[in-house]
Parts: sequence; C-alpha cells; structure tokens
Amino acid sequence: MATSGSVPLEGRARSSAADISAATVAPRHSVLVRVTHWITFLSFLALLVSGIEIVISHPRFYWGETGNVQTTPLFILHIPSSRNLVPTGYGYVLPDQNGWSRYLHFQAAWAAVVTGLLFVISTLFSGHLRRDLLPRRSELSWRVLWGEIVGRLSFRPPRAEEAGSYNLLQRLTYLFVIFVLFPLVIWSGLAMSLGFDSAFPAAVTLLGGQQSARTIHFFVSIALVLFLVVHVVMVCVAGFRSRMRAMIAGRAGSKMERT
Amino acid sequence: MSKLSRRGMIKVGLAAAAGVSGVGAAALLAQKYGLVPPDHGGIWGLGETMTYAAQRLLTRHSLAREFPASMISKPPFANELAPPNDAFKRLQAGRFADWQLTVEGMIERPSSFSLAQLKSYPRRSQTTILACEEGWSYIAEWIGVPLSHVLDVVGVLPQARYVVYYSIEPDWWESIDMADALHPQTYLAYGMNGGELPVGNGGPLRLRVPRQLGYKSVKFVTHLTVTDSMKKFGKGLGSASPEAGYAWYAGI
Repeated sequence: MATSGSVPLEGRARSSAADISAATVAPRHSVLVRVTHWITFLSFLALLVSGIEIVISHPRFYWGETGNVQTTPLFILHIPSSRNLVPTGYGYVLPDQNGWSRYLHFQAAWAAVVTGLLFVISTLFSGHLRRDLLPRRSELSWRVLWGEIVGRLSFRPPRAEEAGSYNLLQRLTYLFVIFVLFPLVIWSGLAMSLGFDSAFPAAVTLLGGQQSARTIHFFVSIALVLFLVVHVVMVCVAGFRSRMRAMIAGRAGSKMERT
Repeated sequence: MSKLSRRGMIKVGLAAAAGVSGVGAAALLAQKYGLVPPDHGGIWGLGETMTYAAQRLLTRHSLAREFPASMISKPPFANELAPPNDAFKRLQAGRFADWQLTVEGMIERPSSFSLAQLKSYPRRSQTTILACEEGWSYIAEWIGVPLSHVLDVVGVLPQARYVVYYSIEPDWWESIDMADALHPQTYLAYGMNGGELPVGNGGPLRLRVPRQLGYKSVKFVTHLTVTDSMKKFGKGLGSASPEAGYAWYAGI
C-alpha cells in the first residue's frame, strides 16, 4: 500500500492513515468547493431554464427606464412569445409559464447567492483564493498568458504539474466569473425589482434604468452560458472522468488516469 | 476513518444542528414580525418567504422612484383587456356616476364611497413606473387619494394585517400587507397624466401599488376588505395570483 499512485480509491480508503503520504491524500478540491460547485451548477441550470421562460413572455429588449410594444426596442429576439401582446410574426402563442418560472428563478437565485457568499467568505479564510485563484506573481506575464491561450485553443491536455492546481488562464477566468459576472448578474437582476429600487435607487440609475438593467442581465447571462460551455469543453479535454471524480469525490484518481 | 475526517464529521454535524435550530428560530421571528407571506407553503415557499422578508426588512418605508413629467411614456400604454362585463358597461353608460367603493372588515365604520367622494379627499399625484412581470413597462402620472386616507376615514382596527381588494371583474382580487396599504404612494387612483384614468388603464378606479408589479395594481376596484388573516379568502394563499401560479408578493 505504500506506493500508492495507481491504487484504486477503495483500496486507499481501507488502508491505515499512516500508510498514505500527504501528497496522495491531499484532495484536488475541498469539500466546500465541491458542495458549493454543484449547488451553484444546479441553481444556474434552474435560473437558466426559468430565465428563458420569462424572456419568452416578452422577447424584446430596450435601453433606458421603460419599454413596451409601443416603444422602439434595442433589439428583438425572433422567437415565439407566450403572450399575445407581443407581435412576433408567429401565428401562435406559447403557453404561459411565467408563474412557476418566476418562483423558481428567485428561489434558485437565493440558493446561488447564499452558496456564493459561503464560497467567497470561506475562500478568503481557507487560502483557496490566494493559493489557487489569484495568479502567481511569476506567472503574470503576457507570454505565459499567450502560451496558455495557445495551449487551450489547440486542445492540449494540461501538463502533469497542473493537475494539482489551476493554470493562469483558469485563474483569470474563474476570478472574472466569480468577482465580475456573478456580482453583475445579481446586481442587474435586483435592479429590475421595483421594491429593491425603492430602497436603493442608485442600483438602477447607475445601470441606466430598469430596462437597461434587464438588457444587461440578459447579456451577462449569455456570458455565463458561454463560460459554462467552455468550462465543460475544457473538462472534457483535461479528462472528463478524472475531473468529474475530482469535483465529486475530491481526488482526481490515479496518475494513470490523470495523464 | 482518519482523525481529520472524524473531526470533519463532528464539524458538519454541529453545523447542521446549528443550521436547523437557526432556521427554526428564524421562522418563529419571521412569523412574529410579519415576514411570512400568505403563499409560504409548497415547494416555492422558502424562496418566496426569503424574498418577502428581505424586502420588508429593507423597503418598509422606502419610496418608489419618481420621474420628471418629461419622462412620461407617450402614448400612455394600455395593456390588453378582456371586454368588460355587463355590470361595468351599465356603470360606464352612466359615466361612472354610480360607481361605489365599499369597505368592510376589521374597521370601525363600514362605508361606501362614490367617485365624487373619493375625489373630494386630498388629491395626490406620483409619476412612477408601472412594470409588468412579462418585462415591459411605462411611466405615467397617477392621480388619486392615498389608500391610507380612506383607511383613516373608516378607522382600521389595530389587529388588521392585510387589505384585500376586488375588481368588478369576477375572480380578480389581490391583497397587500399594511406596510403597502399605509404606504404614502399606494393610491386609489382615478386620474392619469392630468386627466381621467382611461378604462384601458383601469379607470374609473384602480388600486395603484407602485412598489410591486402591475398585476398587484388591480383595475376597476369596487370593494375592499380589511382583515387579520388571509386564510378565509379563496384558497388562503393571499390572492387570485398564487391560485393561478403567480407569487403573492410582487416587489421583485
């Protein structure tokens, strides 16, 4: 049991603690990261499905404070609508699903926000932010960044030393999603709320108005969907089974699988 | 099992126990301070309650944003409307001279008001957004008497917690809590953009709740009931909206 690189997980779990070196035990992802990751994923799926349903009831977007079928839209999604109020060019109206969609949207938003706060607070104290997410000083150069971009675009699997942590491009992307896109999608979402705006009017005026907030919410959501797609593609490039195991069980698995 | 994971298990257990007791205590406090909406049951109850409670804690007295007259949407947008029923048409034929607003429930003086009486009360106006849950919106000047004034006239009893309001159209009713009912921008609106309130926008009388979505601003209001509990009304969910799958609280 001492040389354990390729020992299956079950074997390791049965062996005594003394047998296992720190390197093999150290999980790729902490319990907190794994739990918050999957709650965020489920919440995001719920927000996406319900968000699409809500957009279908008025697939027109505006800029400024107000917008309706009598005003000029910024752009229109050429999809059918769930309300006959909207001229879509389609000869039919989809069933109205806004009731449960809105209930689900806000319930999932609460789950995502609470989970996100838990993640951000713990990441500050656990060192996860400093150790794994903030770029290493030595890496902060255009040359390294360019190398990473070329590597990702050529779909090269990550080098062995990257199996234990994130590369520069990953760090910058995760930081951008966690500290820019998520806050922006929450902010623009809240700015659509009449109640919230009454208490925090600057939240909506800074975004250019209630309809602007709705439009921004839409684009940030699209950015998050793009992130999800690229994220899943990269997981597949790096090795779907080992990365899924890392995010579910904590350990990436044997060295054989990792490379 | 290693030492580390045993400690981990104890931590998780303690956190879970703290979480469960925390939720229990929060539920009791929320009930006490009126932070639980009538549609708190069912699978959406948790999110709905958190939204309502958070907004009530943050927005109890905050004012809906008001806009300059130059921002009033032209032309005034009127939502689609089902053809009015016979009772409405009869009153419309008489230019709404016989329109009555009856008020009953937990009040000292059950009363009935004509439009002329309502118009004799202090006249207020606000230029605010009406936003629909679908996504569209418009700005208009709303003219009317604050609901709080009418509630003062009829003498609301201290145990009152909700005001229920009914349209002349059947099965169209809503309710709001006292924070919204007594809010200075909650009007019984009879005018718009300097003139009469058009029928398309809810004339002759609409209950205007500017800090919530348009579906809480019921058109053609004829009746109010003040109550301490929504259990006896409809299915007990607070209004017709939750019965149709929509949230009772529409501040978001």
